[in-house]
Amino acid sequence: MTMVGKLTALTADPAQSIPAKPAPPPGAAAKRAREIAGRVLPPVLGLAVVLGLWQLACSGPNAMLPGPAKVVRDTWPLIVDPFFDHGGVDKGLFWHLFASLKRVAVGFSLSAVAGVFLGVLIGQSTMAYRALDPIFQVLRTVPPLAWLPISLAAFRQADPSAIFVIFITSVWPIILNTAVGVRNIPQDYRNVAMVLRLSPIEFFFKIVIPATVPYIFTGLKIGIGLSWLAIVAAEMLIGGVGIGFFIWDAWNSSLMSEIILALIYVGLVGFMLDRMIAFVGQKFSS
Amino acid sequence: MSVYLSIENVGITFKTDKGSFCALDDVRLRIDKGEFISVIGHSGCGKSTLLNIVAGLLQATEGGVLLEGREVDSPGPDRAVVFQNHSLLPWLTVYDNVRMAVDKVLGGTKTKAERHDWTMHNLALVRMDQAKDKKPGEISGGMKQRVGIARALAMEPKVLLLDEPFGALDALTRAHLQDSLMEIHHRLGNTVIMITHDVDESVLLSDRIVMMNNGPAATIGQILDIDLERPRRRVDLAADPHYNHLRAEVLRFLHGHAPASHAA
Repeated sequence: MTMVGKLTALTADPAQSIPAKPAPPPGAAAKRAREIAGRVLPPVLGLAVVLGLWQLACSGPNAMLPGPAKVVRDTWPLIVDPFFDHGGVDKGLFWHLFASLKRVAVGFSLSAVAGVFLGVLIGQSTMAYRALDPIFQVLRTVPPLAWLPISLAAFRQADPSAIFVIFITSVWPIILNTAVGVRNIPQDYRNVAMVLRLSPIEFFFKIVIPATVPYIFTGLKIGIGLSWLAIVAAEMLIGGVGIGFFIWDAWNSSLMSEIILALIYVGLVGFMLDRMIAFVGQKFSS
Repeated sequence: MSVYLSIENVGITFKTDKGSFCALDDVRLRIDKGEFISVIGHSGCGKSTLLNIVAGLLQATEGGVLLEGREVDSPGPDRAVVFQNHSLLPWLTVYDNVRMAVDKVLGGTKTKAERHDWTMHNLALVRMDQAKDKKPGEISGGMKQRVGIARALAMEPKVLLLDEPFGALDALTRAHLQDSLMEIHHRLGNTVIMITHDVDESVLLSDRIVMMNNGPAATIGQILDIDLERPRRRVDLAADPHYNHLRAEVLRFLHGHAPASHAA
């Protein structure tokens, strides 16, 4: 609770310590401080409570999992030096995350391109929709890891298999959302295109894509989340450098603290990916 | 004057799940160059369908439309449409909405600078040049409709098709835009077909009013010549007995055969 008190004081302070400026209405600075505190305090408090409960639950003498303090103590070398590289798979966490992100980047880019293309196809053409939609609806329910044996058999290499799993996991929401977006293009826009006699290519780039962007980005956002889920799981099975393998390796060595640290990183990276797509989407649609 | 646009025995039948539905039947109309025609009728009488057939957005199942003696069966910029709900592309600015049409229609014949000038010229015509960098979402309904008109005019259409262009606007804005449209028509001499359900609007703007019967199988019930002097001013016309007589004629047609004094 002392933390909390300090924070309020800190945020309120700067406004009060500038007497030179023409004084804003006396309530304004305090109001602003309260507003900032109202935004910062709840998440800090929430985190503190969660960490506290965790510590409490794992502080017994025969606790199965380490508490937060022990995790930090155990993994301190990993936290402070994420960039070491001792060859093989003995690398810092940055390199593991980087390897996973690289796979996601390749797989997700492929699925974005293919997803938008197929989505426009089944959105525009009723025949294509009738032909492909049932197939897509069935395939999209297949869990990511179920694809792994097939892709390993087909590619006979770890990396392309992992990339394929990402692709096949994230492509469905992109296809389906794009298709919904295309089908929701107002008839007015189509009429405008017809009166102007836009060619199919012009229609695609000048009407379909801009009108569908919000839907596409909804699909991309879901897709990137799914690819991140899939890659961690896939890497556990295929090995090599990558955050999924790091977790599996730590489990085999019974290094619980390392697993927990890796989980936190996985969560943070997933969150950042989601925000990144949302940000790009906003840039595009405004 | 020779016939410019000719609607020849046009009929259209829609196939629906419950069988076929005849929306228009045997519509015949000949329009001269520079004429301003209003088509008026109750909702659902097929007047918008008729406009869409002239625009080429719908295909007549019977008869056809001739423009300068040539049949039209697909949409094109020579029959620019101003849609009821403006249908500007929301991701483009006011300028880009018009510029897109200019680039598409005049891209082959005019230089970039000329196309820019032409875009600005048409925006100035509807007094939207000041707001050229705004997005459609940032301007009022009346302004959007102005841009829609600018976009249509910029295509240098042979016939300008207006589908209830001011229907969604408040009365004052509507009056403003009607005046603007009258002025533009006076200056440029466009051939115009306007769909409307506003009696005053039709009498004020038109050379002839085409009054449609109710559907199904709607057709032209009566055509009224509006021989009022141009330029017309709405304030003067309000007290003009001939204007009021014409207005009463339209009302009488629309509301059965009620006495004129009653309807006015």
